[in-house]
Amino acid sequence: MALSGVEIFKLLPKTNCKKCGSPTCLAFAMKLAQRQASIDACPDVSEEAKKILGEASAPPIRPITFGAGEKAVKMGEETVLFRHDKKFVNPSAFAVEIKDTLSEDEIAKICQQVIDSEIDRVGQKLRIDAIMLSNVSGDAGKLEAAAKVVAAKAAVVPVIISTTNPQAAEAAVKLFADKRPILYGANTSNADAMAAIAKAHKAVLGVAANGLDELSGLTEKIKGLGVADMVLDSGARKAKEIIEHNTLIRRAAIKKGDKTVGYPVINFMQREDSLLEGLLASVGVAKYASIIVMSGIEKWKNLALFTLRQNIYTDPQVPMQVEQKIYHIGEPKPESPLFITTNFSLTYFIVSGEIENSKVASRLAVMDCEGLSVLTAWAAGKFTASKIAQFIQESGVEKDVANKELILPGYVAILSGALEEKLPGWKITVGPREANTIPAFLKTR
Amino acid sequence: MAFTAPKETYSGKVYPVTIGTGDKAVTCGGENVLPFHSFEGITPSRPVIAIEIQDVPPADWPDTVRKPYDAVSGDPVSWAKFCQDELKAKALALRLVGTHPDRENRSPADAVKTVKDVLAAVQVPLIILGSNHAEKDTSVLVAVAEAAKDKNCIIGKAQEANYKTIAAASMANNHKLIAMSELDINLSKQLNILITQMGFDKEKIITDPMCSALGYGIEYTYSVMERIRLAALTQNDVTMQQPLLGDVGMYVWKIKEASAPEADLPQWGALEERGIAWEAETAAALMIAGAGLLIMRHPRAIKEVENLIDELV
Ligand code: SF4
Repeated sequence: MALSGVEIFKLLPKTNCKKCGSPTCLAFAMKLAQRQASIDACPDVSEEAKKILGEASAPPIRPITFGAGEKAVKMGEETVLFRHDKKFVNPSAFAVEIKDTLSEDEIAKICQQVIDSEIDRVGQKLRIDAIMLSNVSGDAGKLEAAAKVVAAKAAVVPVIISTTNPQAAEAAVKLFADKRPILYGANTSNADAMAAIAKAHKAVLGVAANGLDELSGLTEKIKGLGVADMVLDSGARKAKEIIEHNTLIRRAAIKKGDKTVGYPVINFMQREDSLLEGLLASVGVAKYASIIVMSGIEKWKNLALFTLRQNIYTDPQVPMQVEQKIYHIGEPKPESPLFITTNFSLTYFIVSGEIENSKVASRLAVMDCEGLSVLTAWAAGKFTASKIAQFIQESGVEKDVANKELILPGYVAILSGALEEKLPGWKITVGPREANTIPAFLKTR
Repeated sequence: MAFTAPKETYSGKVYPVTIGTGDKAVTCGGENVLPFHSFEGITPSRPVIAIEIQDVPPADWPDTVRKPYDAVSGDPVSWAKFCQDELKAKALALRLVGTHPDRENRSPADAVKTVKDVLAAVQVPLIILGSNHAEKDTSVLVAVAEAAKDKNCIIGKAQEANYKTIAAASMANNHKLIAMSELDINLSKQLNILITQMGFDKEKIITDPMCSALGYGIEYTYSVMERIRLAALTQNDVTMQQPLLGDVGMYVWKIKEASAPEADLPQWGALEERGIAWEAETAAALMIAGAGLLIMRHPRAIKEVENLIDELV
């Protein structure tokens, strides 16, 4: 938990020597509390005080990266419980389980599916982020053999090795040296050995507990063994328990500053029914999972989950924007109507939805107004006659339409005169104020 | 050191709302915690899924969701019976979309006949929805509310432009009422206040903050729902304690992801599963945010969401 200025002051040398640039130690403490200064500016502060301050200012959920290179996965750093308070920071990672009982070909095939899973949606590259290789065979040799296939076929994909057998773990983790894998499966009976392997091979350690009490005890113990980066499995498997545990962990870390659970959470969502598994995963996306392990990664499921993750992790304070361009709704012909609106995504969704409802193929010119709605954009001087005219001219839509007619949102009817002047040869029609009357408007034309 | 579970106790609760009559009546709401947080309070009812049927054949639904009903959807009564008897629907939502002036423009008298026939044929609770044409809905919903008198239906949707007549008709005939506003917690609150000022019981309202589909603004609906729930629970705001509606099917089955063939978009995967997953995921996310009543279309999507609820309660 963040310390107050007075609490920080108590830790400073109290000599008021001014070397930090502040007139007094207290003034410097106040700056530190506001995060306007760094403790390093005071040359005389004790190591112990530095340590206390460092821990207090650390984020409540430890930032951890696993995997290496471009596809490395960032986790943790969350600061809130509800997305309307502040943006959720690091989107949940999706991992697919590969069992070491599968044949080499089958493993290679799933590796390829993971590599091919990447798609582009609204300008973001989305993919299955990781592979979890699990030692269901219980055999160390099998795990190692399977790990070799994964290391060769999916070299860039972050990997989770799942086993409770330290020997098997060591052999498999070695193959991912410098790739920062997660070694999952440190429990009450193998914690020492697993911690030693994670340390030696710079792996993140996945802690497998049976309930929240055991979990917080285990992480404390493992931290004491010198492992700083962990991911948490409380043992919850059913949806109800997952919500309960994930919520309590997030609350304890953020609201109570409980460092023993201030780590990213891994949830195991494998179900036989792929659709149900997808629904479980959506619970994880909404409720604080940093890693979601699934057994199937069909394209249709990926698309739905990627989309949900993107939606939940957007910044609620920054209006979502859609790309500026002329959108086609249905298959417009040259004589089809042409509407214009702003690029606030909600405006776009509602307007395009209502045009769709009308079943009249149309063009919808969406103009970049920094994600503001029509009235706000107009008030802010971003949706003006000259800017609209410039956009329409530069869009080249003129050559696609038979009649140069532009339908303006009813709320900015006031612009129609000026717009006719700036767009010579165009007819400006004032359309409905509210999107839900677009179908009626189109019908009466 | 043992883990100290930071449990919350809230000052407010969600009103339990019961619909239907006899042993088929169902209740949603009643919890005094956030959705599925049974570890710190009471969650007496599961979210209720109503299966959507219509007064006219669903010619505009994409194949994936139209096909399961092809044999029955030509007639609202056989459609309703199929949903109740074969799909084991716990509730039905009859959308009178055919009354819309731009559609078949069916009259209020036509709508009354459909409603009476459906009510006579099934025992599960009925939600009766207009065509979302503010003006036409007033005449249609007033007529059907009377035709369904004392059946304890939900009538919807009352919006700012037409709530007075619809709320009055719903009140006079002992129904519940859906109050819908557009994705803004303050508009929701205001409409609930206006409706209760007419003497309508605040515990008989279902709030519809407007649905949006996954990928098409669901984050707005999600956060408005979550904020309404928090206002109900943490601030004990009596104007925000109504169960929330997610009118999912209608919003999902008109978007591209539910109808674009795999041949055109190979990266999107199998069309049928994609559409079903889209509806189910939209419903699941909104349940987590606070929806206690869902209106859905595809039998498989409904079944999987029920399976998820089984795991959540
Ligand atoms: S440098 Fe350190 S000791 Fe000197 S005034 Fe600043 S805080 Fe105090």
